[in-house]
Order: sequence, then C-alpha cells, then structure tokens
Amino acid sequence: MISIHNLHVMLPGFSLRAVDLHVGRGEFFVLLGPTGAGKSLILESVLGNVHVAIGQIRVNGKEVTRMPPERRGIGIVYQDQALFPHLTVARNIAYGIRYLDGDREDAYRRMDALTDRLGLEDLLHRSVEHLSGGEKQRVALARALVVRPDVLLLDEPLTALDPNFRDEIRDLLKSIHEETGITVMMVTHDFTEAHYLAHRVAVIRDGVIEQIGSPEDVFRRPRTAFVAEFVGIRNVFEARLVGKEAVVEDVCFLLGRPARDGERHVAIRSEDLRVLGTATRPAGDCENVFEAVATKVVHKGFVSDLFLSVHGLPMRATLTTRECIDLDIREDARLALSVDPAHVHTF
Amino acid sequence: MADLRETLRDRDVLRSIRLSVLTSGSAALLSFLFGTPFAYLLARREFRGKKMLESVIDLPIMIPHPVVGIAILGIAGRDHWMGKIIGALGLRIMGSTTGIITVLLFVGLPFYIDTVKAGFEAVPRRMETVSRTLGASTASTFFRVTFPMAWRSMVVGMILCTARAVSEFGAIVIVAYHPMVAPVLIYERFTAYGLRYSQPVAVWLILVCLVLFVLLRLFSIRKPTDRKN
Repeated sequence: MISIHNLHVMLPGFSLRAVDLHVGRGEFFVLLGPTGAGKSLILESVLGNVHVAIGQIRVNGKEVTRMPPERRGIGIVYQDQALFPHLTVARNIAYGIRYLDGDREDAYRRMDALTDRLGLEDLLHRSVEHLSGGEKQRVALARALVVRPDVLLLDEPLTALDPNFRDEIRDLLKSIHEETGITVMMVTHDFTEAHYLAHRVAVIRDGVIEQIGSPEDVFRRPRTAFVAEFVGIRNVFEARLVGKEAVVEDVCFLLGRPARDGERHVAIRSEDLRVLGTATRPAGDCENVFEAVATKVVHKGFVSDLFLSVHGLPMRATLTTRECIDLDIREDARLALSVDPAHVHTF
Repeated sequence: MADLRETLRDRDVLRSIRLSVLTSGSAALLSFLFGTPFAYLLARREFRGKKMLESVIDLPIMIPHPVVGIAILGIAGRDHWMGKIIGALGLRIMGSTTGIITVLLFVGLPFYIDTVKAGFEAVPRRMETVSRTLGASTASTFFRVTFPMAWRSMVVGMILCTARAVSEFGAIVIVAYHPMVAPVLIYERFTAYGLRYSQPVAVWLILVCLVLFVLLRLFSIRKPTDRKN
C-alpha cells in the first residue's frame, strides 16, 4: 500500500539514507525513533512536503514521488491537530468534501456517521479553539477520514495530550483502524504506544532504519544496541560469545541457544532479572544465579528500580515495590539474582 | 479653535488633505495588490538571492527620502528605459498625482511587505499541508486557509503603509511639489507665513489620520469566538 524504495532526502545538516519500507494494505505500521531521528521526515516525504533527492514512493500502487499532496490520496493527523481556527468544527470536518469526485451527499452521510462515531455531534457548531486536546484530536481524525484517503498518516497523535485523553485517543485509533481497515503509518517515540497499536514497527536512528519487525520481535529480539536501549532494555553489554555462554567482564551468562557468528552483545530486560532473596548463597539450581550488591534502590510508585553490582558489572533490575518491601531490599544489601537463559538475548 | 474653523473653509487645505488621504490610500491599495504575492513568496519559498531581494525591498526605509525622490525621477526620466515605457503608457510622474502615488508606494511598500510576510509566517505550514491533503490546490489553500488567517496582518500592513505615506515629505517635494499634499502645504505655509498659519492645517491632518486609523484598527480587531460551556 505504501512502498518506499531507496529513499534519500537531503536537508542542511540531516539526511535520510536508503530508506526501504513496505506497508501492507490495512496494516498499522509505526515508525519509532528518538527526536531528530528522521521519522517525521519520512512522513513528510510520503506527504509530498519535501524534495526527494533519490528514490521512489508508491501509494496504492501509484507512483507519487513527484506528485502534489492533493493527488496522493493521503490523510494526515498531526500532534498539534492543525485545525483551521477560523472555521467551526463542522466546517473543519467538511473542508475536503468539495474536492471529492462523485456523490457529495454520500460524503455528508459519511461525515454524519463519523461525527456520531467519534462523539462530536454536540460540538459541530463550536469554534475549534476552545475544544479540549482529546476533542481536537477527534475532529482532526474525522476531518482526515471523511474524504476516505487510501492511507492515513499519524504524526505523534498522542504526544501532546493529557494522560487521560491519551488513553482515550489511543483506544479510538485502534478501534477506528479495526472498523475501517485503513492503512495507517504512525510516527511516535513511545514504544508503549507502538506495542499497543502496531502490526509492525520500524526503528530509525540518524536517518537510517535499524530494524523492522513485529513489536514483540523488536521488543524481545533487538538487533542493535541502539534498538535494545530504545525499547527499554537496561542491561546491554558487549560480550565474548562462545557456544551457549556469553562472558561479560567476570560474569558468565548461560544462553538459551548457541550464539550465532558475528554476535557480540547480550541484552537482558531489567524485568527478566529475578531477585531470589537476600541470602548470600542461593539454594537450588545455580544456573545463571549470581551474587549481587544493591548499589541504589529507587521506588517509582508501583515499581522499583534496583541498581546492582554483579561482580563489578553494573546491572539494573525492575521489581514491584511490594516485592522490594517484602524482600527488605536496601542499599548495600547482598542479593541472589537469577535470569532464565531464554531471556538472555544475543545480537 | 477659531483658526481651526477658519482653516476648514480654506479650499487649498481641504484639497491637500483630501489628496494626502487619497494618494496614501492608493499607495496602500497598490501595496496590497503587489505586495501580498511578494510577501507570500518571501514567507513560503526559499530561493537563491532571497536575502538580497529582502534587502532591496527594505532599502527605502534606510536611505534619505530626498534620495528616494531623486532615484524615482532618474528612473522615470526620458533617458531611462523605464521612463520610456512610462511615457509610452501616457503616464506622467513629474508634478502629478501619479508621481505622488509612485513615491508613496516606494516608501510604504517595505512596511507592508515586512508586516504581511510576518503574518504569513505565523500561519502554521501544517495547516496548509492538511488543506492540500484534503484535496485543495495551492491557490485554494491560500484563499481558504492562509488568507483568512493572515488578513489582519494585511490590514495592519496597509495602516502602516498609509501612515508612512501620509507623513512623507522629502521624496514628494522632489517629484511633485504640485499638486500639493498636506505636508507640502504645511511646509509652504510655514516658510511663507509662519507657525500660526501652518499649525491648523497640521492639526486637521492629524485629526483626519487619527479617525482613519482608529476605524481601520477597529475593523481589524479579532471578533470574540464562542466560548466553551
């Protein structure tokens, strides 16, 4: 549905290099990356807002690389909604109807259905300037969908919203996508949003795509240290990998499978580390069980971060605060720590 | 007060104030017509020589006003190709209303363009992008999104242009001493008869300008939008 081939965009001080992406029909695809990674630039390229130096963009099988935005069949919802402040809610939503070919009555019926579905009936005659963030985002969504674009682009649609509106709009995006089956490409820097909404995600850094895959795949099996850290893996180390062992400084981790050629890193999610207790010598199976010293304990509401030293190797574990209290974990406490070999990821 | 009432019966004074208002208004209207596309171009497009062009546009703000008059006379003279075109069109610059409007356009246009350019820049590009994705062409986007959001800056630009034009003296006196605009008449009355004869004309010019500008400002103030319950 969206096919990007060998895309190069040159801007002063930044460039996109050899971006290849394919988003299937009806897919919810998320571009992930930190601020300044180039994800919005990919979106702007698909929209037709930037000059494409090299490469090709196709939407719905149609080559659109040099086409003006109005002929691309693309809808956009921005983080700041970009609603027209001089128009009412109804006029904002109906803005694109006059440019549609064919039956406009049908478009107005669709508009009625959308306003009903998005709970905007009572707001139609209001000025958009005095709507809440969530209401504005629903108006922007209705405005984009009423002209039935082939593809819907979402540029960080949840970032500027209050947390209570964020959950509401996130659920709405998911259900609207399921109901309409529209192809969606969304940009965000929040992995949680991507994990909830996306069929597939691409992680981008400095204008280059680092990894594409299902959220679970990227979350569990990152292919680079950057992706590992971006998806929230706190324990990423360079390692010497031999067979089913990974050696990091003086610590040897057992792996769930033999290491592959070329792999040089281990990554362990902080929530996959289990604190067995404060005993110095843990009982039972000693596979992947280590002695550790808690260097710092940070309570963050329901969860707590544990900063550890495992034979001098700094590691982080995440526990529920309840567990922390029950196990009486404090700074300088000596702990027994374990990790399932299947959760020691290598790349 | 008696002097002010007396001045109102002076046909030369009324004619000069009317000419000042009409020529300044014409310069503002021409600024709107020619300056708006220029301002949009400067606000929305990047091109080679843009900084140079912006400097040339702002030049009349910096150079002494008699120099502006001399430059216009030079360009409009019979020996200059532009002067030949102007002559062929049947237009006369020297000592004419057309000449006054030309001068006022020259000195007022930079104020209009700079103000309106800032107005266009204040319209988020994203709104124009959204309009395009909804099917609107560049022109349709301009008239349905950009213009409704930037028209107040155009009114402010026209006010500034008019204000600048009404107060112009140095360039006009070179290009067209006659027909006499109010500042030239005030100058003439001052040098020929003294302060007492020039003051009432000046006061009337100030009052007329004040009324005009208050009306324009009222027109350009934002209407309150409906409030959320």
